[in-house]
Amino acid sequence: MTGPDPVGLYRTVRLIRRFEERAIALVDAGEIVGGIHPYLGQEGVAAGVCAALRPADLVTGTHRGHGHVLAKGADPARMLAELCGRVTGLNRGRGGSMHAADFGVGVLGANAIVGAAGAILTGAVWARRRRGDDVVGATFFGDGAVNEGMLLEAFNLAALWRVPVLFVCENNGYATTMPVEGAVAGTIAGRAAAFGMPATAVDGQDPEKVREVTAAAVARMRAGGGPELVEARTYRFDAHHTFEHRVRLDYRPPEEVAAARLRDPVLIQGARLPAEARAAVDAEVEATLAAAVDFALAGPAPDSATALDHLYASGLTARTGGG
Amino acid sequence: MPRLSYRRALTRALADEMTRDESVFLLGEDIRVAAAGVTTGLLKKFGPERVLDTPLSEQAFTSFATGAALAGARPVIEFQIPSLLFLVFEQIVNHAHKFPLMTGGQCAVPVTYLVPGSGSRTGWAGQHSDHPYSLFAHVGVTTVVPATPADAYGLLVSAIRCDDPVVVFAPAGALDVRDDVTDLAPVPLGRGIVRRPGADVTVVAVGHLVHDALAVADELAGQVSVEVFDPRTLYPFDWDGLLDSVSRTGRLVVVDDSNRSCGIAGEIIATVVERVALAAPPRRVTRPDGAVLPFAPALDRAVQPGRDQLTAAIQLTCKDG
Repeated sequence: MTGPDPVGLYRTVRLIRRFEERAIALVDAGEIVGGIHPYLGQEGVAAGVCAALRPADLVTGTHRGHGHVLAKGADPARMLAELCGRVTGLNRGRGGSMHAADFGVGVLGANAIVGAAGAILTGAVWARRRRGDDVVGATFFGDGAVNEGMLLEAFNLAALWRVPVLFVCENNGYATTMPVEGAVAGTIAGRAAAFGMPATAVDGQDPEKVREVTAAAVARMRAGGGPELVEARTYRFDAHHTFEHRVRLDYRPPEEVAAARLRDPVLIQGARLPAEARAAVDAEVEATLAAAVDFALAGPAPDSATALDHLYASGLTARTGGG
Repeated sequence: MPRLSYRRALTRALADEMTRDESVFLLGEDIRVAAAGVTTGLLKKFGPERVLDTPLSEQAFTSFATGAALAGARPVIEFQIPSLLFLVFEQIVNHAHKFPLMTGGQCAVPVTYLVPGSGSRTGWAGQHSDHPYSLFAHVGVTTVVPATPADAYGLLVSAIRCDDPVVVFAPAGALDVRDDVTDLAPVPLGRGIVRRPGADVTVVAVGHLVHDALAVADELAGQVSVEVFDPRTLYPFDWDGLLDSVSRTGRLVVVDDSNRSCGIAGEIIATVVERVALAAPPRRVTRPDGAVLPFAPALDRAVQPGRDQLTAAIQLTCKDG
């Protein structure tokens, strides 16, 4: 579905919201080790962008990547199992929160190195199109990434070779604790302009607006246009990482957070549905996630003897580390 | 018998693989005009769609290749300067190498990183003269350093066909080697070869240093019977082949164009002494710790492993024990 689908969009933002809340509870319960980077508040971006893509289109996500993976269509149960480090997870428990990938639905991985995925996705889309596949890509990154040289190199390469990649900047105002105004000289859209790429700013809290902007950009790209940039202005409702739930970092005024929370993408999209339709989706999401938690926790932990399985696609085996 | 240069062997390998497999393509800086003399004629033969000149954006085009590989292509990147590998270490190690494991086996990243003219080219000074193959062996990326034209052909072919990332170092000191080559064939990754049989000491020589080791072995003939072992692939290393040699000779000297600390020579010696009781302490001839190649030719040569040092190391090792 790439046309308007208010119910579908609501289902996605609601799913991501409740998935993240469940995941935080599992962090607190010790079932997810290492913590997560919650996507709470930014759901409208992943949902809106992916609603304008086709199943065959390709996506890369970030360390704050659960929303991207879910919105592109990964199974929440296998996603949650991955977060819990189980063999039943998307990555067989080898990737975890920051590397969740599902090549089957076009997710070439969340990527934990800021700004690194843009060039990877550009190469993947280029190679698929060279083979004759009619695909486009969307690569998500935060405002912190716009100061990474390799991302700017990727802008140049994609624009130069007219690879249809949508560069989606999720500007949530902070790179960890660094405010945008302390880190970004010039503007985010100005970086796109420097490479001759169209750039559109959109209210990232409104899933439908994100979908519209993305659909228009994707239509231009499919018609032979080059890459584009979308700057989705959004806000992270929760911590940079769940460790902040234990260690309080003082970098956002509480009133700023409170004001931002009033523009909640789940409520904004939910308000577009009749109450009974919304309730039906909510019930469906709860059932999906209850089953997902059961599935995740029932999955076996990997056998330590398999720790280096999949290290080499060629079948090469590494020497072990023991004496 | 046709004489084949090392450089032309690389060209033949690229052309043969591009002919055999449509998914193989080349990218790099100035490769359409073949500035490094390796991609000569390939633009004409295969067209601009498969021979891509890139902007000077090493990090982006290295990861572009990773992405293309994830989507089923087999990219070969030519790096004009060996020290550029430091710039793209992140892209190779943190992404290309890690993707198969991190995704739980959902993908393969068959990219070949070809470095023609690795090591010193004499007079290219501090930022163009590195030989960082030990770094790639350390992180576990398949790493080959062919010494001869036949191996340059055969190892490059195998690298392109490999489903994992492979770095191919073509040392500057070997690029002009010519050999009589009758039969061009793939050379398996991870298999070394005894270049010269001997009884008294095994000399492991890497890349262009194989030729120095063979020359020294000739000079010492009559005094010491030197076996020269060319590992060809540094990672995965042919431990069985080397242990077989050292078990016979009982002595080991390694000559390696890495900096001394954590260079491959240290790993070779450590692995051998874990497994074989040697008749004498092993020795290694390497670049010094922390070497930066100075510009002046005499200084450039002074920090590279030389034949005199190798001769001395062999003689000392054979005197001991």
